[in-house]
Amino acid sequence: MNAAGFPLLSILTFLPLVGALIIMTLRGEEAAVAANARWTALWTSLITFGLSLILWFRFDKSTADFQFVERVDWLPEFGISYAMGVDGISVLFVLLSTALVPLCIMASWESVQKRVREYMVAFLVLLTMMVGMFCAMDLMLFYVFFEAVLIPMFLIIGVWGGARRVYAAYKFFLYTLLGSVLMLLAIIALWFSAGTTSIPELAEFDIPFAMQVWLFLAFFASFAVKVPMWPVHTWLPDAHVEAPTAGSVILAGVLLKMGAYGFLRFSLPLLPEASAYFAPFIYVLSIVAVVYTSLVALAQQDMKKLIAYSSVAHMGIVTLGIFTFNQQGIEGALFTMLAHGVVSGALFLCVGVLYDRVHSREILRYGGVAKIMPAYALVFMLFTMGSVALPGTAGFPGEFLVILGAWAVNPWVALGAATGMVLGAAYMLFLYRRVAFGKVTRDDLRALLDLSPREYATFAPLILLTLWMGLYPQSFLSFFSVTVSQMVNSHQAAMQAASRLAGL
Amino acid sequence: MFVGAVFFPLLGATISGFLGRWIGERAAMWSTVICMALAAFCGVSAFMQVAMGGQPTTEVIVTWMDVGDLEFAWALRYDTLSAVMVGMVTFISTLIHLYSVGYMSHDETRPRFFAYLSLFTFMMLMLVTADNLVQLFFGWEGVGLASYLLIGYWYEKESANAAAMKAFIVNRVGDVAFMLGMALTFFIFGTLEFDAIFAAASARANDTFAGLPALELIGVLLFLGAMGKSAQLGLHTWLPDAMEGPTPVSALIHAATMVTAGVFLMCRMSPVMEYAPVALAIVTVVGASTAIFAATIGCVQNDIKRIIAYSTCSQLGYMFFAAGVGLYQAAMFHLFTHAFFKALLFLGAGSVIHAMSDEQDIRRMGGIWKKIPVTYAVMWIGSLALAGIPIFAGYYSKDAILEGAIAANSVVGTYAFACGILAAFLTAFYSWRLLILTFHGKPRADQHTMDHVHESPAVMLIPLLLLAVGAVATGFTFAPYFIGDMQEAFWNGAIFNLPAKHMMEALHHAPHWVPTVAKITAVSGIALAVVLYGLFPQVPGRIAAAVPGLYRFLLNKWYFDELYDRIFVQPAKRLAGVFWQVGDVRIIDGMPNGAAAAVAGTARGAARIQTGRVANYAFAMIIGLVLFVSLFLLGR
Repeated sequence: MNAAGFPLLSILTFLPLVGALIIMTLRGEEAAVAANARWTALWTSLITFGLSLILWFRFDKSTADFQFVERVDWLPEFGISYAMGVDGISVLFVLLSTALVPLCIMASWESVQKRVREYMVAFLVLLTMMVGMFCAMDLMLFYVFFEAVLIPMFLIIGVWGGARRVYAAYKFFLYTLLGSVLMLLAIIALWFSAGTTSIPELAEFDIPFAMQVWLFLAFFASFAVKVPMWPVHTWLPDAHVEAPTAGSVILAGVLLKMGAYGFLRFSLPLLPEASAYFAPFIYVLSIVAVVYTSLVALAQQDMKKLIAYSSVAHMGIVTLGIFTFNQQGIEGALFTMLAHGVVSGALFLCVGVLYDRVHSREILRYGGVAKIMPAYALVFMLFTMGSVALPGTAGFPGEFLVILGAWAVNPWVALGAATGMVLGAAYMLFLYRRVAFGKVTRDDLRALLDLSPREYATFAPLILLTLWMGLYPQSFLSFFSVTVSQMVNSHQAAMQAASRLAGL
Repeated sequence: MFVGAVFFPLLGATISGFLGRWIGERAAMWSTVICMALAAFCGVSAFMQVAMGGQPTTEVIVTWMDVGDLEFAWALRYDTLSAVMVGMVTFISTLIHLYSVGYMSHDETRPRFFAYLSLFTFMMLMLVTADNLVQLFFGWEGVGLASYLLIGYWYEKESANAAAMKAFIVNRVGDVAFMLGMALTFFIFGTLEFDAIFAAASARANDTFAGLPALELIGVLLFLGAMGKSAQLGLHTWLPDAMEGPTPVSALIHAATMVTAGVFLMCRMSPVMEYAPVALAIVTVVGASTAIFAATIGCVQNDIKRIIAYSTCSQLGYMFFAAGVGLYQAAMFHLFTHAFFKALLFLGAGSVIHAMSDEQDIRRMGGIWKKIPVTYAVMWIGSLALAGIPIFAGYYSKDAILEGAIAANSVVGTYAFACGILAAFLTAFYSWRLLILTFHGKPRADQHTMDHVHESPAVMLIPLLLLAVGAVATGFTFAPYFIGDMQEAFWNGAIFNLPAKHMMEALHHAPHWVPTVAKITAVSGIALAVVLYGLFPQVPGRIAAAVPGLYRFLLNKWYFDELYDRIFVQPAKRLAGVFWQVGDVRIIDGMPNGAAAAVAGTARGAARIQTGRVANYAFAMIIGLVLFVSLFLLGR
């Protein structure tokens, strides 16, 4: 069967759905239903997280193969099966998803007061879809989960969002859907030529270069929007601004990783030559993303928008790292994805703490918060530094490795990525200065309470992770090193084969 | 012992920072002081064992990262170079902690201050004991963070916030170069650990990268990083503004320790730098230019702390050009002695500010030397050491640097010597200008302030006196070890000199006129200041009036801030606005929004056709039929 002895990945995937069903059956007085929904959702997500820890302890880091594999024929006549498995690339993202959702539910404990039951259902469904997507070993299955993620997220933004939530939700949905349609075409084309949608089998399959180019572009359309890469990034700030705090956390923490994960899972291994062919194009887009969105972040007046733009800049580092095709670059990209998931998720929570108290995201509305909420200021400072990639926090190892990897490709690319160090420091410190420092000028701020025990509990795991990832990144890097090194080797082999073919 | 020297300050910072609210301010404060004292004890004994006893050692803690070929660990490397720094940093930091107990006694959030101070010390110690470039970078950024927090300690002051941000961001500009330097080092050497790099340096001396000599490029990139941290010409703008922080911070960070990290980096990388003659020439020229540039500004400033800050900037220039001509030993020696007398000067200035009810402008001081005799005396000692008067510590190190510049026997060396001598003259001049304006003449403060002038408490005076001893004694005590007969045994291979250059020997055969000229310059600088400010106090004003352009140029610090604001800050802000409002909102969002609007418009148009009137439909059908038939006929 597999290392766990039972279908762990399927349980991880569908357990939240069971919790969602239970919540849906709740009946009775509104307050009681809300309370029950909250507790059920929290316990379901916590149990899921607890189970997912088995992956952390039992994952075999010495092999690049898929592990915990489950396989059931789904549509055998089409060669499509229900296949689940994790390898070094996906395993930590499963953990990231299961870890963030309980925190999101805790963060929404008081801030969400209307339609609590439906909200919790949406979050649990979202968890199912995210875990399923990272575990899918079949292209068709992946596509189903990948698309299904949109639905709960669309609802979370559209129902529990801010003033312009409908505009933001539609923009989010249409942008991502438009890309996905092209991906579906690519999947069908792949299936026609290879006769299977199993990812490990496809990796063995040789695709002619001309077809690779088209397939690459189709996948690119989908993943670039999800990442999001410049210039298809504008849905993100709107979505973040309108989404409720927990929605932003999960959007930044996990959903943005789906695009980059797609690049790593499909574009690189299946389409090596096209990937190499388009790499310079990706570098340019990534560097533009770093410089352009960092500058835009500098001009923002809205806290959430600022952090949203910073996410685009960080994801620029990620896409850059992926397309360096070397060990440092790719591991750096993976690490940045995880670190960004933790740090930017935490930053959105920090904004949420203030928003819950003052109901404003406008930067100029604040000032001198450090004086009134010292513990909060410390937490906020830590995550600010994490975002700035100060060594010793989670942000650093990834950025450092990507720059190292980029240098091997082209020093100018490395320089472009490194400018993010300066600009990132500029906009984050500017934000921090205007929010936390200065004199308290508004009287209503004086009455703010510092972090509540619930908020401490929400932040504690993130603080721990931020420092752990910065000080001892090895415990995370060790998960991907074998898989990545195999990926780099097979990419080089494919490139050599291609050049030999061209030489004939 | 080795671990304790580094981690006691972290313990202190943790206790004070997190438990400060529960254990009370006094307990928090003193716990950091005690932790620092323990660290200093460990640090000084480490210095005795490693540097004086010649037993270098490395303590590996745990692997930090292992990615492909890249592997490095958290480790504490103790060779003479780090032992000198550890001993000096822990010792001076302890004194400054002690001093702060008195200086910050009226502050509201003392545990926070002491936590930052200890955190800073910890980061500095991580920097100097690193055994790979990445850990060095950890400390490098860590001191950057601590200095950001300390400069902005009084965060209700807008100017302090601005200065803190500026310090962090300007440093980051240098750090980009540092980061790229690391990337290139990894590319060339395949490792970032010092031992492996140093062992391979001579074999890689002729490697090229993109057509350029690789080691030269590494040297230049790392030096650019060092320029940021050590406030060298071009990236110096943050240092004077950093005086917004409390005075003990200026003494610890902006004189004795953090800003010297760049010099330390150059010395640490000496095995690589020695194979990069062009990079070294750049180091020399920038260092020498900074020395003279900062000294000119120091002559006209009126803020007591800013004068000393520019003097720091200038002295760092000396250290850099010493390293640039290949005399790392002399650079380290000057770093070492400078730490004592500059901390002394800053803390003395703090004592003056304390006495003058927080007045910092020397134009509103004067006539107070009788009221604060101890402070007055130590300021004299500090200034004598700074000016390089014999017997005092600065004399030995500065002299060695000037002699070395001549002994280097090169164009850049001679340029450095010329700048160095001129800067020495100006240094002596502005030091005595400061002394005379601060302590002598008629009191220019108001009566109320003058009545309150008082000597500082013992807890502040004891550190001052100990530093004063250091400012006198460290020169002749340590000269034989750092640059004299015993230097080879003392450094024990921690610093690498290219054998072909014979720099250490050349130093001892430098022309005999050099020390004499240096002494004469220093004394004449002092004499000029005494004449201008002591005897004819109306003259300086007239000189300033006679050359208003030059005066304003110097007073405004060569207009660097204005220039940077014009060419970096403002364009960045404008660009940010354009990218956002035009790029994102109008162009990128305009397209999908426009497309959506077009779809909606078409749909509305299509809806309008469906009027429900039979006649309209019949008309459309006939038109269609006619078109269809004619097409059919034409096509046939």
